[in-house]
Amino acid sequence: MDDFLLRALAGGAGAALVAGPLGCFVVWRRLAYFGETMAHAGLLGIALSFALDTDVGLGVVAAALVAGAVIVVLERLPGFASDTLLGILANTALALGVIVVSLFETTRIDVASFLFGDVFAVSVRDLYWVGGGGALCLGILVAQWRSMLVMTIDSDMAAVEGVAVSRLRPLLVFLIAVLIAIAMKIVGLLMIVSLLIIPAAAARRLATSPEAMAIAAALLGVVAVASGMGGAIAWDLPGGPAIVVAAGAIFAGAALLGPLVRDLMQRCGGA
Amino acid sequence: MSVLALNDADLIRVDGVSVRAGGTLLIDQVDLAIRRGEILTVVGPNGGGKTTLVKAILGLLPLAAGQVIRRADLRVGYVPQRFGPDPVLPLTVGRFLALTAMADRERCTNVLARVGVKARTDHQLATLSGGELRRVLLARALLRDPDLLVLDEPVAGVDVAGQPELYDIIAALAHERNLGVLMVSHDMHLVMAASTRVLCLNRHVCCAGLPNAVTRHPEYIALFGSAWTEGLAVYSHHHDHRHDADGNVVSENHPKDERAAAPFSDHRHG
Repeated sequence: MDDFLLRALAGGAGAALVAGPLGCFVVWRRLAYFGETMAHAGLLGIALSFALDTDVGLGVVAAALVAGAVIVVLERLPGFASDTLLGILANTALALGVIVVSLFETTRIDVASFLFGDVFAVSVRDLYWVGGGGALCLGILVAQWRSMLVMTIDSDMAAVEGVAVSRLRPLLVFLIAVLIAIAMKIVGLLMIVSLLIIPAAAARRLATSPEAMAIAAALLGVVAVASGMGGAIAWDLPGGPAIVVAAGAIFAGAALLGPLVRDLMQRCGGA
Repeated sequence: MSVLALNDADLIRVDGVSVRAGGTLLIDQVDLAIRRGEILTVVGPNGGGKTTLVKAILGLLPLAAGQVIRRADLRVGYVPQRFGPDPVLPLTVGRFLALTAMADRERCTNVLARVGVKARTDHQLATLSGGELRRVLLARALLRDPDLLVLDEPVAGVDVAGQPELYDIIAALAHERNLGVLMVSHDMHLVMAASTRVLCLNRHVCCAGLPNAVTRHPEYIALFGSAWTEGLAVYSHHHDHRHDADGNVVSENHPKDERAAAPFSDHRHG
């Protein structure tokens, strides 16, 4: 296999392994639009990192975190549903990002590769982000799993039981920001949420425990990356979108066959 | 230094606690204390601040004034008023219980049986009925080996026949395990039987004391009407007042009802 293919597969699989369990929390806590808004703001971070000549990943993490903080402040505005506010912020941030990027010489930034992904151009530097950032995210998720789960079930109950709810919420936002930096090269800023929620939603149809759902989401994400990349090579399709379509197909399959598969797994487990 | 102020017998003491939301005073200078083996029930009208008081005591809301003094290492078991995890989170009853403590399966089953849940531990939480869910929540609170149980509407969603049974279980538990219980309720008769003390809250503490004394208190009668004072067995509703479309008591020429018609007006203490 060519080096670029190996890098693409390693980067995609690594991103999917982190996105699966993290995506479960996004699905459980209804943060899909929240994550999408953070991802759209990432383009501003890319422009910023070019302006300051720093690492693109750092710029994206910073911009996503700022967007997350702005959302938290905006949601205190009375009288607006949160999807309205998130829609406003996501689109404004994206438009601002495109404008700021357009101020640079066009040769320096390939906007499309950041917006739609460029999985077959994953570099060694990108793999450092996937490896380092991914390990950090998974480590935090494993260490804080019980606390985050109790908070997700009921945050007041968690607080009474001594869970540091006020620290866990920003931690979750931080994890999403890092994942955006990891996954933008794979599926692009516009479609990162699909890597978070589609495998997790598909896994819900197969799982009866939170842990099983997280593991299934990670594995289904890897399958989506591999099959999407395979399809992209076979039919000469753009990589990121092919991965997202593959994930969508996996969800459709799980939605239709989920109970059947669950029965089968239970029978095999019981035997 | 505030710990020193806690009486030996008290698990928790609330001193002049007020909570504000925006410009509105939700509860105003509430005092109370809870001891082991005692069931203190907070009753009061909707919007009277019962849940606010509970959340303030649990440290879930910032206090505008006053303080909550807890015994050091106080372990609290909490049953929130609203509880309904999204069905998108796959969670069995057993796993939900195990998340709270290092409870083994046998202990979970025993506690579930104690609170009268017939559902098996491998049932999904989302498939339980409202009543079963309340009992599972009580079981989970008990698994923490609490000193203090805080129960916000513990029988909400429990069928009518199950309600007295559940109050009996709570009273028996408080006695057996020597727990302090702080309970919030809006239904009067059943609560009166189960409580050792009652506190009537309508933003401020209207009255507090033994159940029988509270139900004879003029402010209590003004809030709930005389029908509530006569107990479940002889529930006879005296129509000495009328209700408007919202269920509020409409004042006639009755001094008692004038106060009832404006439950949020400032009460003057004679």
